[in-house]
Amino acid sequence: MLGEHNEITVDELKGLVSDRAIEGETMLLNMGPQHPSTHGVLRLLLELDGEVVVSCVPDIGFLHTGIEKNMEAKSYEKALVMTDRMDYLNNLGNNLCYCLAVEKLVDLDVPERAQAIRVILTELQRIASHLVFTASHALDLAAMSVFLYCFREREHILDIFELCSGARMMTSYFRPGGLWRDVPDEFEPAVRDFLKMMPDRIDQYEALLTNNPLYLDRVKNIGVIDSAEALSWGLTGPSLRATGLAWDLRKANPYSGYEKYAFDVPVGEKGDTFDRYIVRIREMRESLKIIEQALGSLPEGPVRSDNRKYVPPPRSELGHSMEAVIHHFKLWTEGFPAPKGSVYNAVESPRGELGCYLEGNGSAKPLRVHFRTPSFAALQVLPRLSEGHLIADLVAIISSLDPILGDSDR
Amino acid sequence: MSLALLIEWAIKSVVIILIILGGFAYLTLLERRTLARIQVRIGPNRAGPWGLLQPIADAIKLIFKEELTPRDADKVLFFLAPIITVIPALIILAVIPLGGEATLFGNTYRLDLASNVNVGVLYILAIASIAVYGIVIAGWSSGNKYALMGGIRSSAQMISYELALGLSIVGPILLAQSMSVDQIIDGQRGLWYVVLQPVGFLIFMLASIAEVNRAPFDMPEAEQELTAGYHTEYSGMKFALFFMAEYGKMIAVSFIAATLFLGGYLGPYVERFWWLGPIYLFIKVLFVLLIIIWLRATLPRFRYDRLMEFGWKILLPLALLNVLVTGAIYVLVGGAV
Repeated sequence: MLGEHNEITVDELKGLVSDRAIEGETMLLNMGPQHPSTHGVLRLLLELDGEVVVSCVPDIGFLHTGIEKNMEAKSYEKALVMTDRMDYLNNLGNNLCYCLAVEKLVDLDVPERAQAIRVILTELQRIASHLVFTASHALDLAAMSVFLYCFREREHILDIFELCSGARMMTSYFRPGGLWRDVPDEFEPAVRDFLKMMPDRIDQYEALLTNNPLYLDRVKNIGVIDSAEALSWGLTGPSLRATGLAWDLRKANPYSGYEKYAFDVPVGEKGDTFDRYIVRIREMRESLKIIEQALGSLPEGPVRSDNRKYVPPPRSELGHSMEAVIHHFKLWTEGFPAPKGSVYNAVESPRGELGCYLEGNGSAKPLRVHFRTPSFAALQVLPRLSEGHLIADLVAIISSLDPILGDSDR
Repeated sequence: MSLALLIEWAIKSVVIILIILGGFAYLTLLERRTLARIQVRIGPNRAGPWGLLQPIADAIKLIFKEELTPRDADKVLFFLAPIITVIPALIILAVIPLGGEATLFGNTYRLDLASNVNVGVLYILAIASIAVYGIVIAGWSSGNKYALMGGIRSSAQMISYELALGLSIVGPILLAQSMSVDQIIDGQRGLWYVVLQPVGFLIFMLASIAEVNRAPFDMPEAEQELTAGYHTEYSGMKFALFFMAEYGKMIAVSFIAATLFLGGYLGPYVERFWWLGPIYLFIKVLFVLLIIIWLRATLPRFRYDRLMEFGWKILLPLALLNVLVTGAIYVLVGGAV
């Protein structure tokens, strides 16, 4: 079965696939990295018996970007821009995760207003990410229109990001100690418009998917996993909650003032593909609730910490304060030193537990940066979930785990 | 056989082929524009007014594209497959009358090529089934695993829907007591068969959408699973032929549905003004086509084992029952309808 042109040798394949493949009884199929439904550049080595997946080996690392290593060469504040580029559907969430870790490391307080805006924006980001999930999940099952409807709504969210940060995706808007700057006056009406529009739109997606027997036929009882096994594979986020376990870091270990907002943690029943989808749809509605509360109780005040050792002074002070000029100069040339020690801080990203491990050695650059990313764990469980299913189901399972390759290879 | 008759046949054949070719070109535009409307997009609107020159631009692009033949391909079959696929789509319309009798320059012509063939319906079924060989051969000869799976899927699919498709046509045949397409249309002068055979029409539509590999039954080319299925390795004009075959077959089954169930060219005043016939037929065909496009915009794809289950466990028994009930009523009422 292995043709003469294959570059991989039989010895390399042993252990990855069953003996039947070596003998040529089953077919080996290289799915991806360029394939319409491998969500970027995921490469899978599939062993197929007819159309049934016998084994599946995800090849993680094709998109490796060296982000973690690169961050070690930058000062704490400048390394922030790298985090935008990891999970490209959760830019602000990555910013938040990294900022919280830095703030924990140097013990920096964040003003109330900045925290509330962080919550609003990361929840918007969660909705945007779940919209892309719903879109690509539907597209993988060939429900093409849902894809475009979801992207229409995502556009509103990206417009709001652009309003705040000037960028649609590579925002770098959260900084250690607060925000880059306050949100503009148009921010609140724009978010209110979105809150008014969105519930109807979610109903539309549900009309096309949740209530569609053809769709249910494709996703019910596909890729089932129970809570205990999901935990042992390191699965987190909506994929874990789909198994019925209500584990959400926003509840379990609140950060940025999440404890102030009332929201539910939706869970699934069986942990199949449908549950993973419906949990995300419900989470969008919960996120709307959080945004509404945070926007209603948005406090006035500064959005950056006034600890000048870590946060640069505002531009207006530079003209008349010598001290401000010194701080400005020090922070933008050398950066701030972080104490010796290590911190780990995790946030609930749209995909699950996104953790940032930082190790400081007293200098202005981190000694080690590591991210615990949910997509990585999602990909390692893929072989277990897809075993025995058809190739058409494999596509549904991949999209239901919502892996982002930039998130898994960083 | 006079020369005039030969010329008449030649002209009619050219017209039928032009219907498919021109129809194919503008059906792609219609589909893209309609899908865009449904999906809150604009669709192609740059080439010419309302994008009317888009199909021509596409054709020029495809003609000038490089045609690649994979190293592992079976060269002869790889070359033959698109031809085998496209020819049935072009000739299937031969038995469909486009109108009644027309009077031009003092002579009377019939607006059809061979609709008085007494086994017209059999011809349709036979020709429609040939196209699947092209797809299977394309899948096999490409030397590509995705294409191979696309080919296997299409043969599996054909086995599951073809019987139901055949049985759904038995209804009109029973009612008209003839296999000739002409007489089936004549039989619908009072009531269209879609009224007398609603179940038959539904089964026919489902099975024929599967026959032309359209969503939600487009497993052989399932983009998200098999990249492009059987035509993964095809490029340039060979790819255009597959494309043409798909849309040509879509037009053909719409013509067949309109003819067997929706009264063909019949409509008010069609006896007095012969040119109304083709217009009525065109409207009916457009209606069927728009339904097919609408389905594609709305529904997710079937899984192919589910399609087989659906074909064998639901469509086939239902079609058999439909034939049984139709036959029983026909015998009891005594052919009054």
